[in-house]
Amino acid sequence: MEKHVVVIYPHPDDESFGAAGTIAKFREEGVPVTYLCGTLGEMGRNMGSPTFANRETLPEIRKRELIKACEVLDIKLEMLGYRDKTIEFENRMQIAKHIKDYLEQIKPSLVITHYPDYAVHPDHNALGAAAIEAVRLMDSENRPTVWAQAISKDFPEVLGEPDIVNDITANFDKKFEAILAHESQAMGVLGQQRKRNPEIDSIKEAAKLNLGMERFYIWRYEE
Amino acid sequence: MKPIEIKKVQNTLNKYKDKEVYVHLETTNGAYASHFNDKAYNVGAYIRNAKVRFNQAKIIGDGKSYRVGLKMEIGWIYAEGLTDWTIHEETKLLMAGHDREGRLMVSLEISDTPFSY
Repeated sequence: MEKHVVVIYPHPDDESFGAAGTIAKFREEGVPVTYLCGTLGEMGRNMGSPTFANRETLPEIRKRELIKACEVLDIKLEMLGYRDKTIEFENRMQIAKHIKDYLEQIKPSLVITHYPDYAVHPDHNALGAAAIEAVRLMDSENRPTVWAQAISKDFPEVLGEPDIVNDITANFDKKFEAILAHESQAMGVLGQQRKRNPEIDSIKEAAKLNLGMERFYIWRYEE
Repeated sequence: MKPIEIKKVQNTLNKYKDKEVYVHLETTNGAYASHFNDKAYNVGAYIRNAKVRFNQAKIIGDGKSYRVGLKMEIGWIYAEGLTDWTIHEETKLLMAGHDREGRLMVSLEISDTPFSY
């Protein structure tokens, strides 16, 4: 059993869309989970459907949604304070050290983050790389396992079969509840999912088809 | 935000003329545009808290979608596709254009004081 799991993603809602089923399973087993959330998604373009947010109110709204989603998932939240869309321009080593400070304090057995270069959004790629670097900076005997999540369409061809394939349909209700906590974002993103499966009427069923599997690669550190 | 009322917006724009103001100008089609559609391009730009001074400001449009031009001593600030507006924290004029799903496509904001960063 894992001792403590730390999830490291840049945006409020990455945890819900990307790993909520896996997180829910760990919580069922009694494993503590902490989410290190990089930004407040300040530059998101989804403003609610119908719109209720604007560029200036969005950060506080997304912060409240993030707190709510973490309550739904029953996980601890730490906000890293970076700004949406800018992580790749920051000093990577500085971010890695920032993350390492958290990891040394929390002492997780597992870290979940994005797979650099295969995670589509520049913030995903940059924070994933920094998180992987943070673990690399730790003494090898204290290093947690790292699960890296790829999103790009070509990742299975390039990277091969993921090491961890979690069918999370049993926990999908929890995942969907966490996604819906991100009220300003949920429908915009779920609408996209639905467009890819126009034959399916129910938004939840369409979401289950696309988000019912959570896949990760175990990051291999070379000594 | 609410649909742009051209007279009210023009009156508000006038208040920012001939003094130092802060501007947020942005356009985006999202970080996932080419992920969801092979034929799409990811395009976006933003500038936040540009400190500028303009001496002319005009909003023009057809009742649905509007353009705003701000004339500075040695240049222009321009935004197209604005549909909605609001006053934020009493001093900040926010204008934005949204697509039919309510996603922000363009934004132009003007304030006497810096925007949070």
